[in-house]
Amino acid sequence: MKSNRLALVLGALLGLASPQTAAAQTFAITNAHILTPGPVGEVEQGTILVRDGRIGAAGRDVAVPSGIAIVDARGGYVTPGLFAVNTALGLVEVSSVDGTLDARTASLRISAAFDVQYGLNPASTLLPVARLGGITRAVVMPDHDDSNKEREAPFAGKAALISLGEGGNILYRAGTAMVLELGEDGAARLGGSRASQLGQLREIFAGLKGRWTQDNAWGLSEADHRALAPVVGGRMPLVVIVHRAADIRQVLGLARDFRIKVILSGAEEGWQVADEIAAAGVPVLLNPTSNIPSSFDLLGASLRNAAILHRAGVVIAISGNDAGHRVRDMRYNAGLAVSRGLPQAAGLEAITLAPARIFGVADQLGSIEPGKVADLAIWDGDPLEALSEPVAVYVSGKAQPMESRGTQLGQRYAKRPD
Amino acid sequence: MTESQEGVRVKRKLRSVLGLGALVLAIGAAVPLGAAPTETPALPAKAAAPAPYPSTYRARPEPDTAIVNASILTATGTRIDNGTILMAQGRIVAVGRDVAVPAGARTIDGTGKWVTPGIIDSHSHLGVFPAPGVDGHADGNENIDPYTAHVWAEHSVWPQDPVFTKARAGGVTSLLVLPGSANLFGGRGVTLRNVPAVTVQQMKFPGAPATLKMACGENPKGRYGSRGRAPATRMGNVAGFRRSWIDAAEYARKWDAYERKRAKGEPAEAPKRDLGLETLAGVLKGEILVQNHCYRADEMAVMLDVGHEFGYRTTAFHHAVEAYKIADLLATEQTCVATWATRWGFKMEAFDGIEENGAILASHGVCVAIHSDEQRLIQRLNVEAAVALAAGRRAGIAIAQEEAIKWITLNPARIMGIADRTGSLEPGKLADVVLWSRNPFSVYAVAEKVFIEGALVHDTESPGSIYRSDFEVGQPVGVE
Repeated sequence: MKSNRLALVLGALLGLASPQTAAAQTFAITNAHILTPGPVGEVEQGTILVRDGRIGAAGRDVAVPSGIAIVDARGGYVTPGLFAVNTALGLVEVSSVDGTLDARTASLRISAAFDVQYGLNPASTLLPVARLGGITRAVVMPDHDDSNKEREAPFAGKAALISLGEGGNILYRAGTAMVLELGEDGAARLGGSRASQLGQLREIFAGLKGRWTQDNAWGLSEADHRALAPVVGGRMPLVVIVHRAADIRQVLGLARDFRIKVILSGAEEGWQVADEIAAAGVPVLLNPTSNIPSSFDLLGASLRNAAILHRAGVVIAISGNDAGHRVRDMRYNAGLAVSRGLPQAAGLEAITLAPARIFGVADQLGSIEPGKVADLAIWDGDPLEALSEPVAVYVSGKAQPMESRGTQLGQRYAKRPD
Repeated sequence: MTESQEGVRVKRKLRSVLGLGALVLAIGAAVPLGAAPTETPALPAKAAAPAPYPSTYRARPEPDTAIVNASILTATGTRIDNGTILMAQGRIVAVGRDVAVPAGARTIDGTGKWVTPGIIDSHSHLGVFPAPGVDGHADGNENIDPYTAHVWAEHSVWPQDPVFTKARAGGVTSLLVLPGSANLFGGRGVTLRNVPAVTVQQMKFPGAPATLKMACGENPKGRYGSRGRAPATRMGNVAGFRRSWIDAAEYARKWDAYERKRAKGEPAEAPKRDLGLETLAGVLKGEILVQNHCYRADEMAVMLDVGHEFGYRTTAFHHAVEAYKIADLLATEQTCVATWATRWGFKMEAFDGIEENGAILASHGVCVAIHSDEQRLIQRLNVEAAVALAAGRRAGIAIAQEEAIKWITLNPARIMGIADRTGSLEPGKLADVVLWSRNPFSVYAVAEKVFIEGALVHDTESPGSIYRSDFEVGQPVGVE
């Protein structure tokens, strides 16, 4: 059908445009239905000029220099590459195989100082799978390790931002954020109750204003002390995994009292305190499909959370259905949020520009805008629909292979019996 | 708690419950294709006695209803545009373009909207692993022994699980609730109507056959091997199955001999009932449908041969993420596959799971169902089916939506042995119907009205009428 033809045509054209040379990152996408947050917006018959891996121009009337490669999008949607949050991409291969899990530490000496950047695996089979979902950048977050019940670990560690471009180094930016979990699970790691955890965290943050001493009351290592210093000054954001409305209020209080730049993650009951979150200027990373009252932390979890937060003025980013293998579901989740009242444009923004803004890289990423990195996806239909697929994905202007280990296995067995 | 949940946080949680809830989630179901559903089989020894724990489900009486001018996916392979579906006394009376709506019938305008059969989930743990997922609620896995064919999931179902409400909002009208997969024989599953209820008997699908949950692979061997007992390997799993079937065959022979004598009027003493062997003997007699949790292709092939050795058939392999590697074999054996599109890689035996699985199987003539196994996914099986459809198209396998709708309606009904009563929109079948705001394969589609046997059980136009479970009362738990 139509979309298959488009894929074939694009595949052929990409073949011309993809030699691994600097010139390969200079080309034009014509006949594009541009769909992007930012000033360019929606342009039905648009052209995108890519120069040396960056957007040179985008819009209706863009002159295409003669001699450069042309990709005819044939009217297909072209969006920014999707920007995933709350992932462990590059840090996990098989969830139940411990040796492949690098998003956590069981060290007794560090928690905040744990830094995921050193464990990244560019050869992970999960990266091409995510890329086939149109994803070009991802925030990879540390996870808590609970194997040692005696261990008190206030923080999970430092997140990083990766590129999903094929080959080589995938680290884009290290030290993107510090990660902390509150609620039932966080409390279990620091004293066994909410009041205990929040009380100790306040003491820790207060103590960070002075110099580290070996006999500090909270047993914080020097490395952790050093890692947390930029958090208290607001130079490194603190991602707080939190669910209950009352706990969210506590986080807003912490942020105020210690001048911490907070990003809420999860925030299933955020809709109950949407105005307070908005007033504090705090953004939220969420999964709209997390609507199960799976614990007493999130009895109010709702599919409408995204829409209500957005309406209140909160900047939201939408995640996939797990940290690794199902990160690609993020665009369907954005669509589901739209089905429950989130405006269409906000749905796309929540998986592109909003996460780039939240993690401080919106000057480089997240929209199709002159000067920004040319992370792009060409689609055979509405990018939020499960029935649609990307037909081409570019990272920094470089065309990516449109296959994964999964599609290779599929091709191997798809042949019908003769 | 299911095998897959989301995010970093859940990954950690799953690690912490490995061998418990997490391992339990994958399950399989198998039902003879085309087998006429029978009454819940009487226990082998008591053919004349009524089945115990009988269903007390009664359809709620409602006025005759017509949905007019809608696009109707019938799950018989056709789509009717500008069509009408007429429901009366709990049954579908007519489906078509020229259906006369009787005076007095409630008429619903379906302009721009879509109608499908009620969504059916052939693999769920609602009620046995309910929300909130606290220890006090974890009733889906009798995981202290690998051989628990004697337990029945229905004796664990908590009808107040608030996720039943959310599943109704996703269009789910019937579901197979299975025990977990920690054990080789997990126990009997139960087919439920997704209706508000206080007792499980009020939810039991009248006449639906009993099912037996079996599990291959990592879960049983991991659960018990790690405790220094059998099974510790896949070969240990298979040996455990074979020994059990030998016992079951002997048990069935004893009862047959007793029944023969009794029929001839000879004096005979009834053997002592054994609940586990009774279930297995029911499988050997073809009365109980085998639902086999199994991921790897090679393991499924071995399990089919176990069936050949002992004379039972596997109605469906569940999860079955590698089924695409043995599509021809499954087609020949007429064994269905209940699987996902998006889940893979959460353990070694799921590493080769691909989105194209369902489409490849369907193109080889295998009966495919898209199942949930989890609390979130059961609310949007339509979207999961759309992912499977798109992956097939990407792989060059064109499957019509008219066919793909069967993945979440008619085919799971076949797996559960209820396809003669529900799963498609045909005159005479139960009026299990969903009215969608738009094409059901769209992520934007909302199930606006859900009918179970003609009763309107979910209506977004009338939020106040939507039933809330006791757990939801006085708490901020939402329908959506």
